[in-house]
Amino acid sequence: MIAEAPSSKKILTKGNYAIAQAAINAGCECYFGYPITPQSEIGEFMSGKMQELGRAYVSAESELAAMNMVIGACSTGAKAMTSSSSCAVSLMQEALSYATSDELPVVLISVMRGGPGLGNIYPSQGDYFQATKGGGNGDYRLIVLAPSTVQECVDLTYKAFYLAHKYKNPTVLLADGLLGQMMEPVEFKEYPYPEIDNSSWALTGAKGRDGRVIRSYAPLAENQCVFLEKLFAKYKAIEENETEWEEIGTEDADVILVSFGSTSRNVKTAMKLCREKGIKAGFFRPITLFPFPSKRLSELASKTKKMISVEVNMGQMINDVRLAVNGKIPVELINKPVGAPPAPEEIVTRIEELI
Amino acid sequence: MTTQVFKIPESLRENVKYSFCPGCDHGVAVRLVAEVLDEMELKEKSILVASIGCSVTLYDFLNVDSIEAPHGRALAEATGVKRARPDKFVFTYQGDGDFASIGLAESLHAALRGENVSAICINNTTYGMTGGQLGPTTLLGQVTTTSPTGRNLEYYGYPVKIAEHVALCDGTAFSARVSLDSVANIRKAKQAIKKAFEVQRQGLGFGFVEILSTCPTNWKMSPSKAHERVRNEMMKTYVSGVYKDVTSGEQAHIMRPSFV
Ligand SMILES: Cc1ncc(C[n+]2csc(CCOP(=O)(O)OP(=O)(O)O)c2C)c(N)n1
Ligand code: SF4
Ligand SMILES: [Mg+2]
Repeated sequence: MIAEAPSSKKILTKGNYAIAQAAINAGCECYFGYPITPQSEIGEFMSGKMQELGRAYVSAESELAAMNMVIGACSTGAKAMTSSSSCAVSLMQEALSYATSDELPVVLISVMRGGPGLGNIYPSQGDYFQATKGGGNGDYRLIVLAPSTVQECVDLTYKAFYLAHKYKNPTVLLADGLLGQMMEPVEFKEYPYPEIDNSSWALTGAKGRDGRVIRSYAPLAENQCVFLEKLFAKYKAIEENETEWEEIGTEDADVILVSFGSTSRNVKTAMKLCREKGIKAGFFRPITLFPFPSKRLSELASKTKKMISVEVNMGQMINDVRLAVNGKIPVELINKPVGAPPAPEEIVTRIEELI
Repeated sequence: MTTQVFKIPESLRENVKYSFCPGCDHGVAVRLVAEVLDEMELKEKSILVASIGCSVTLYDFLNVDSIEAPHGRALAEATGVKRARPDKFVFTYQGDGDFASIGLAESLHAALRGENVSAICINNTTYGMTGGQLGPTTLLGQVTTTSPTGRNLEYYGYPVKIAEHVALCDGTAFSARVSLDSVANIRKAKQAIKKAFEVQRQGLGFGFVEILSTCPTNWKMSPSKAHERVRNEMMKTYVSGVYKDVTSGEQAHIMRPSFV
């Protein structure tokens, strides 16, 4: 079904299995989860593999419990994760808010399906807000990485573990049902990042020192002010160091198509079709959704005439594009509410209507 | 020559200001936990999962490594801690609302899975921290801020018998209910805490103690009147004793407890 260990061989596999194998290669010690389509293969794969490797696996009683189990494991410095989808990720929001305030390296694989409510199991990008704006309480951010290929599912799962531990902040791999279920050839390279020393904060038992406390309760207002300033200084550093995107043909573009995740693949093809037709289109793909590449989009807004956000939802990322552009040029939406991304030809037709 | 016969347990932090109301049994329970940690030499390998309730800042009192779980999720977090680090001693300290209302699923599933952790639950028949509202353990007839004419079946249903439910879980190694209303009962409570910790040390499964406690503030009673209420009212519904003990050799007598 999948690669046994990191190697340079290319293997044909599904996004969900690729993510699971990548987590194992990244050194994930604990998996906690509850089934939901379209990501159940991750838990299925982990159940066998983790036991085989003598690592921890728990079939949690709910996503609420699963995310709190991840928090418990992470508090000891362990690499731990859960995976889920949409309505079930909703159940994790309280714990995610706690985890940002506890400053714990939680990793969540979120494989989006249609919503709101139970919705359906078709691919969707309807949880852009859920991931980047959060449904938990208080001022916090999650680091959010958006793969567009099965290979990127692997590479960004590695990165998710690294960034989560480097910044002690919950990190989300935001995939969708299409990526989870799609098969593509992938290469499982070795986990490329250094291991992060967590000896200064991990709970190990108070041996030869006072007990350490991981807490979010800050009864005094001034303590909470100090904490939030510190937390947001960290988010600023993340923005400065970790913002990632892909851009093609933006230098001379009259119109720049902005798109993330699996949808961006058809958008990239649409951009090429536009060029063949003489429309000077550019392509811009945020890879990190938080931190969002606002600075670069703002620069590009001074060089181009229009941006179009292409999304499989009712228009969510477009808000961040508009904030980045800050009224300099118009920003339009091409969207499909739910399902597989619009075909490249359809995108081109709609671009022609908008320009 | 003098010998010291009484001292502050080493597992308690020094010079702390306790946040409990005067006369509250939480303070006695915390001290018992600290004494047991000392006597069993567990302090240096302990990881405490604190919960949300009047004992939320337990980590300010116990000098052990600690994490604070969201309301009701202590045993999910304890599961994560123990699965990641099976060599550590992992325990929770929760209110009755935390354990048996908002966290009932997490609590019973930890017991059902036989998680090798220990849990202490303080049953004061109310949500103490939020000002004494009706909770899962509020007795029939009991007046609280959200049962102004007393708990009646029509509106509120029945109270939950926690130690019995925990004992019914196959993964439970030890489940007992104790009280702190007399010196003798405080001694029994300490023995039960020790046992709940010991079964974890032996890898036998889930260890649990429900401690019947007072909330003089919300009950609007003096500490001694509050202990009378524990004896005369609470202990009638919530019978003290050991409900399950896999080390005892005999089958568990689930509904007729053997006394500690
Ligand atoms: C999710 C959530 N709901 C509600 C609260 C508010 N709250 C804090 S403590 C508490 C009740 C605690 O009661 P119990 O667990 O019995 O502990 P006690 O204070 O009685 O010791 C509640 C409802 C909260 N913090 N989080
Ligand atoms: S409110 Fe009740 S339970 Fe809470 S500290 Fe005061 S007396 Fe104890
Ligand atoms: Mg209570």
